[in-house]
Amino acid sequence: MARMKLKELESHLQEVDDFDEPKILLEQYPTRPHIAACMIHTMASSFDDIEDRSILDLGCGCGMLSIGCVMLGAGNVLGVDIDQSALDTCQQNIEAFDIDNIDLVNASVDSVDRVVDGKVDVVVMNPPFGTKHNKGLDMVFLEKGIKLATRAVYSLHKTSTRDHVLKKGEAWGTKPQVLAELRYDLPNTYKHHKKASVDIQVDFIRFQISS
Amino acid sequence: MKLLTHNMLTSKNMKTVTTGYPLIIQARDVKVMEVEFRAEFISRMIPKIDWECLCRAAEDLGHLNDLPKSVPDNYENDEDFLKKAHHVMLEVEVINGDLICPESSRKFPVTDGIPNMLLNEDEI
Repeated sequence: MARMKLKELESHLQEVDDFDEPKILLEQYPTRPHIAACMIHTMASSFDDIEDRSILDLGCGCGMLSIGCVMLGAGNVLGVDIDQSALDTCQQNIEAFDIDNIDLVNASVDSVDRVVDGKVDVVVMNPPFGTKHNKGLDMVFLEKGIKLATRAVYSLHKTSTRDHVLKKGEAWGTKPQVLAELRYDLPNTYKHHKKASVDIQVDFIRFQISS
Repeated sequence: MKLLTHNMLTSKNMKTVTTGYPLIIQARDVKVMEVEFRAEFISRMIPKIDWECLCRAAEDLGHLNDLPKSVPDNYENDEDFLKKAHHVMLEVEVINGDLICPESSRKFPVTDGIPNMLLNEDEI
């Protein structure tokens, strides 16, 4: 099977619809098609973590990463999100793309490892980084992701927190590897900030699950 | 909700529940769709699922047909078996209904194919 090129994947993902009314407190924004395409293409070609694998998209939102995984040959994707209206948008995207192997579950990250009591091969996520009141939410996502995966977890974290993230990844029994440094506009979650978005540096990290 | 997903879901997020598995399916609408068969993927999934739970769920939905009650030896090379497993795991979907916790009888609704596993404050 010819593997889809990165540019082709990116242009398909540009068709993924955004959230109708993004909820600022849940830090809802679609992963940029370019970033999603780079992530998934790397997962597939460098690590054989996409084709015929079972994948969980933790905090799937409107489904950008899930759809990308299917396009590169994932066996099955389980998309989990706390917000029903995000899942509705995701469902619409799935239908628009005529995809038949993404399943969705409405659940909270706090208990996702009890609700989903079965291991998947790979967990992929673009987690919320947390607001003033729940800083470090991405670490909760990461911890849960590690519990659910048998091969690897792929995640994005602020570069400014790199040391902490890598240390925690190791403490939780994985071999972390920073794959790339990316930059994007993060919609601002602080009401008092004047700018609509803030430019941040982000690490794309692979956490290899120790067998 | 595909039966592959159901195979992994539990109600253990509830504080009073110990096992919470398997969730009993009470379906109102079931859909059968065609999903591309990927032999390698199905073969990899077989050892990871609870086969008995899959059979029971398929039977409850009236889609057991001639699915074997136990996984045959050398299943990796048995394409006929893999296709039957594929059908039950991925092609039968619960669209509307409830998943019922076997311990607490709490219902988790399935709406438009999406199970809602969120709990109320007092259940966590």
